[in-house]
Amino acid sequence: MRSVTNIVIAGLGGQGVLTASDIVADVALHAGLDVKKSELHGMSQRGGSVASDVRFGREVFSPMVPAGEADFLVAVEPDQVSVNAAVLSPSGIIVEPSQFRADKLRSKKSLNVALLGALSRHLEFSEEAWIAAIKRRLPEKLVEVNLEAFALGRGH
Amino acid sequence: MKDSHSVAPASGTDVTSLTSGAQQSSVELVSGNEAVALAAFDAGVSLGTGYPGTPSTEILEAFDGLGGRAQWAPNEKVALEVALGVSLAGARSIVTMKHVGLNVAADPLFTAAYLELPGALVVVSADDPGMASSQNEQDNRRYAVAAGVAMLEPSDSQEAYEFTLRAIEIAERWRKPLMLRMTTRICHSKTVLRRGGALSIPSPRAADFARNIPARVMIPAYARSAHKRLRAALAQIAVWNETADVNRIVDGSPAMGIITSGISYQHVREAAPEARVLKLGMTYPLPFELIRRFASTVERALVIEEGDPYLAEAVRAAGIPVDGKTEMFRLGELNVSRVRRILAGDVSPEPELPPGKPPALCAGCGHRSVFSGLRNLNCIVSGDIGCYTLAVLPPFEAVDSCVCMGASIGVGLGLRHALPPEQAKRVVSVIGDSTFFHSGITGLLEMAYNPPPTGHVVLVLDNGTTAMTGFQEHPGTGRTLDHSATAKASIEGLARAVGVQNVHVVDPTLDPATFERLLKECLDKPELTVIVARRDCLLAARNIREYERMNAQCN
Repeated sequence: MRSVTNIVIAGLGGQGVLTASDIVADVALHAGLDVKKSELHGMSQRGGSVASDVRFGREVFSPMVPAGEADFLVAVEPDQVSVNAAVLSPSGIIVEPSQFRADKLRSKKSLNVALLGALSRHLEFSEEAWIAAIKRRLPEKLVEVNLEAFALGRGH
Repeated sequence: MKDSHSVAPASGTDVTSLTSGAQQSSVELVSGNEAVALAAFDAGVSLGTGYPGTPSTEILEAFDGLGGRAQWAPNEKVALEVALGVSLAGARSIVTMKHVGLNVAADPLFTAAYLELPGALVVVSADDPGMASSQNEQDNRRYAVAAGVAMLEPSDSQEAYEFTLRAIEIAERWRKPLMLRMTTRICHSKTVLRRGGALSIPSPRAADFARNIPARVMIPAYARSAHKRLRAALAQIAVWNETADVNRIVDGSPAMGIITSGISYQHVREAAPEARVLKLGMTYPLPFELIRRFASTVERALVIEEGDPYLAEAVRAAGIPVDGKTEMFRLGELNVSRVRRILAGDVSPEPELPPGKPPALCAGCGHRSVFSGLRNLNCIVSGDIGCYTLAVLPPFEAVDSCVCMGASIGVGLGLRHALPPEQAKRVVSVIGDSTFFHSGITGLLEMAYNPPPTGHVVLVLDNGTTAMTGFQEHPGTGRTLDHSATAKASIEGLARAVGVQNVHVVDPTLDPATFERLLKECLDKPELTVIVARRDCLLAARNIREYERMNAQCN
């Protein structure tokens, strides 16, 4: 196993890309790992492309995932896969809405968290750790619908 | 995990320990901006001020959220002056801005460096290499040299926290302003922060005025000796920097020694894990003897830095032979891949990444019809800085120049003065509300003072907020940084006061045809006109209503 895990979450402004990367980073931080998370702000609320890098491991240096080194590309918006393809490593895994029954989501707004459910199957953190992070990072009234979304993505 | 530095207390002073209660060795994932705010709060900074600008904006918002006293100023110059006053009173201040904001604040900065300041003045310059959200990628390390202001450069959130404390300590030890130079990736990346522990800083003094005319009144007679004292202080800081723990050496193979700072350090550690590295924390004044000794221990010394070849030039000028990057790496951000290229001497063309979806003027923005009107009337649009700059993109393509905050008015006037009348009559200056208060008012004075023969039309798009940077308040909203009620400046009132003949206030969403007619009438007469197109930003409208409801209840 490589010492640093690299995840890129991509979508458009307003799709919860930054919330999703906050949750991933929170899970890793609480697992006692070094974590860095980076994205560009500024224009995201104007509907443009948004990508957020999360890196964790024993020791992380650059906050940005180098080209060709992402272990996972999580695409909240499927057409952002091609835009971000260069970041994915040859053995990297794409996580996208077509991999689970996204049509069964109670709220389309929790697609970002459902994708984390799908991502979580590839990572070594416990389900409890993810649930705890979702509870820490989201406002209380949104927790239930997002826990459902997470379970859907994880495949329950 | 990374080494942690400790902030050594100055001897013989009261020391505030930062290990109180809940903060005891807490571990958080915070942005560099939040880390600066936490340090300012922990150090008892009395006032934080600035003007919103990506990537610096969140520092003051976070400082306010922690309970610090934070204010938005109309522009960076005023902010720096207010902060300077706080420091002259003996209290601690921090002033935040994006890199181009320091251009606006440069006037007070250069002379503030001459003053003797009893309270710390920390100037945060947040540079934007790669221009994620800026009009240029100027390298503000040059300002530290030009103004003679010592500069610290953090490379992650831990250092953003520690260097802010350090900046306060050094500022008060030498009674000089300090510059904390951040970049987009330091400001916005979240990295682990361990707060408290061994960190401590001298307690802030109580504000108290102590007259010292020769040290603070910069008439030439006093400024000559003040300049001498500044150079002496910088010489002392340079000596201090030679052995200070803000700089450190990461041991590695003597085959390659890399001199670096800021975010570049992180890329270097990843791209060249085997190299010996000199990481500089204070990059002005530079510790040349430390650099010389380091360079002499390695076979090849190489400077890796983002932006201008500032370090490489300075080190070479000191007679230390080092390699630098080629010119192609002066442009844009560095990253691990680009550092690998620099190390390998690879100057082949870099792969172009597919463009993402660009940002656009919001689909429901109430000000879209204004740009349709400008386009229909074939106007020559002197534009400005804000989300309306996005009207340069299709379908509008209705902006013909964009330079800096407030430039729309002056540039529009210049075009009017020089163009033949049939073209001059089509020139319109377009500026937003926050930008107008920032630096449009002096442009308006110029318009009234030196009117072009064809007159002029200034269009102020008032969306009731500083939208582009994330909906900050400004003097025209009638609310302070924390959204509580204050005096509300009037754009139309200011226009009338400076002597503009025709002042109109319209709602651009009501009827595009009526707006277009009004604009045409104003363009057709050789008079001065200000049209305020007023409609709250679609994205901010709900919050604005909520703030107003709460403020009405308070009264």
